[in-house]
Amino acid sequence: MNIGIVCPYSWGVPGGVQFHVRDFSEELMARGHTVSVLAPGGEEDEAPSYVVKAGRPVPVPYNGSVARILFGPRAAARVRRWLSEGKFDVVHIHEPTTLSLGLLATWWTDAPVVATFHQATSRSRAMSAAHGILQSAFEKVSARIAVSEEARRTLVEHLGGDAVLIPNGIYVDRFDVPPRPEWQGEDSTLCFLGRVDEPRKGLPVLLEAWPEIHTRVPGARLLVAGPGDVDEARRAIPAEHRDAVTFLGSVSDDDKAAMLASSDLYVAPHIGGESFGIVLVEAMAAGTPVLASGLTAFRAVLDDGRLGALVPVGDASALAEEAYGLLSDSERRERYRQAASVAVRRYDWSVLTDEVLAVYEMVMAVGSPASSGRRFRMPGREGRHS
Amino acid sequence: MTWVYLGIIAFVLLLLGVYLSWTAGRLDRLHARVDASQAVLEAELLRRSASALELATAGLLDPATSVVMADAASRARVVGAEHRYQAESDLTAVLCAGLDAPEDLAALRDEVQDLDAALDELGMACRRVAHARRFHNEMVRGVQRLRRKALVRWLRLAGHAPLPETVEFDDTVPRGLSG
Repeated sequence: MNIGIVCPYSWGVPGGVQFHVRDFSEELMARGHTVSVLAPGGEEDEAPSYVVKAGRPVPVPYNGSVARILFGPRAAARVRRWLSEGKFDVVHIHEPTTLSLGLLATWWTDAPVVATFHQATSRSRAMSAAHGILQSAFEKVSARIAVSEEARRTLVEHLGGDAVLIPNGIYVDRFDVPPRPEWQGEDSTLCFLGRVDEPRKGLPVLLEAWPEIHTRVPGARLLVAGPGDVDEARRAIPAEHRDAVTFLGSVSDDDKAAMLASSDLYVAPHIGGESFGIVLVEAMAAGTPVLASGLTAFRAVLDDGRLGALVPVGDASALAEEAYGLLSDSERRERYRQAASVAVRRYDWSVLTDEVLAVYEMVMAVGSPASSGRRFRMPGREGRHS
Repeated sequence: MTWVYLGIIAFVLLLLGVYLSWTAGRLDRLHARVDASQAVLEAELLRRSASALELATAGLLDPATSVVMADAASRARVVGAEHRYQAESDLTAVLCAGLDAPEDLAALRDEVQDLDAALDELGMACRRVAHARRFHNEMVRGVQRLRRKALVRWLRLAGHAPLPETVEFDDTVPRGLSG
């Protein structure tokens, strides 16, 4: 199959959507499909050969803040060239509400369009303001995929209609790595992943709970991985508990897997802004029991507490209590590990790619609304196949 | 002056004609798409009942589960159009009841050889049914939206084509199959 994928964010900037597009494209290519990814980016940006760069995004005021958006005639021309050179059977756009390349591609392509919605909530103002315009473009989207129940609900509320639910994926095998003894505490090891200075990732809650955990389990060690200003976070920890906390900074994918494998407990104290929770799935794949705050997205991934422990959102003392409970109960951790190791297979790209390909087959069987509507067309859109 | 008015009227009529013919064509194509997505859904339903039947008759599960599952799956395959979706909901209910406990199934997967593949295949078939139904209903809603428009109703642009209805049945994926 000849597949064109549109990624709304620059390839060089790490982010959930980019990783999703990368992993999924590589799985498709491994199966013998031809894939071309269109993403924002300038000539000098590093990207693999299957990525076509559409130019640099420009900062413009939009939706009450400054957004980096790729638009204008130049971008439009590149999108059209990509479409006509690619001759795609299916065009798959990601996060179409970002008013980025995906919208342009939807507008011009004659192939059936599949759209994946990643984000939950927010955007509502922009979405309702641009509702009419978006609606007409979205009419050409044959099938819609949401990566989580929350993303699906946002989509249904703002745009109407329905979407198919296919979660984010990981390569489960890549998390089957040996632990690194130098990272492990004498007694037990806990870890945290996420931006250090982004309160919604919940590090402050964990650090508030840390003295209590460390007092009750003196041999425990806490690993904190993620970019951001470490000094401030470090100062927030009382001196006697500070040395047991190691800040690793940004970590590579390999280091992340090793850190999870070295830990007895992965803590996800997030207080909001998560629509899926891929890190929880990664921890599950690494065989690390999960202790997470009870956000809707996390409850869904942990099957309401069957696959990991849940505590009230933002409650540091409950977090400390539960963490201690888990660290002192290896049987319970083993139970979570067992259940999670089966459940996590659902998120492996080998399974999810089958599902997305099933959606591709469906839209191809039904055909594109555009290819059958050639008789009447917007002026100025003729001759685009030249 | 009369000529100018006549000209304007002729022009408006022409525009209206173009619009109507375009809308009629669009309706026609939307109906064709609904038929196609209906066919996709039917194919996915057949795939699901086939893998349920296969699992039930492979002797991998206990006899009681096997018999109930085989019964529901074969009923879904032979039942008349009238009770079609009821039978599919029943199959879903049976699958959910039989394959609801992830813990038990995980243990069983380790124990029984070949069960893994059969369960994974059925799980995928169930998810594909759920996707196909949502996809089809989206197509149906597209036609319904267009046919609700006053002009389309008054001028009977849809001809005698029956108004497509969304397909409603329980397509829950059994918890044991989603891991």
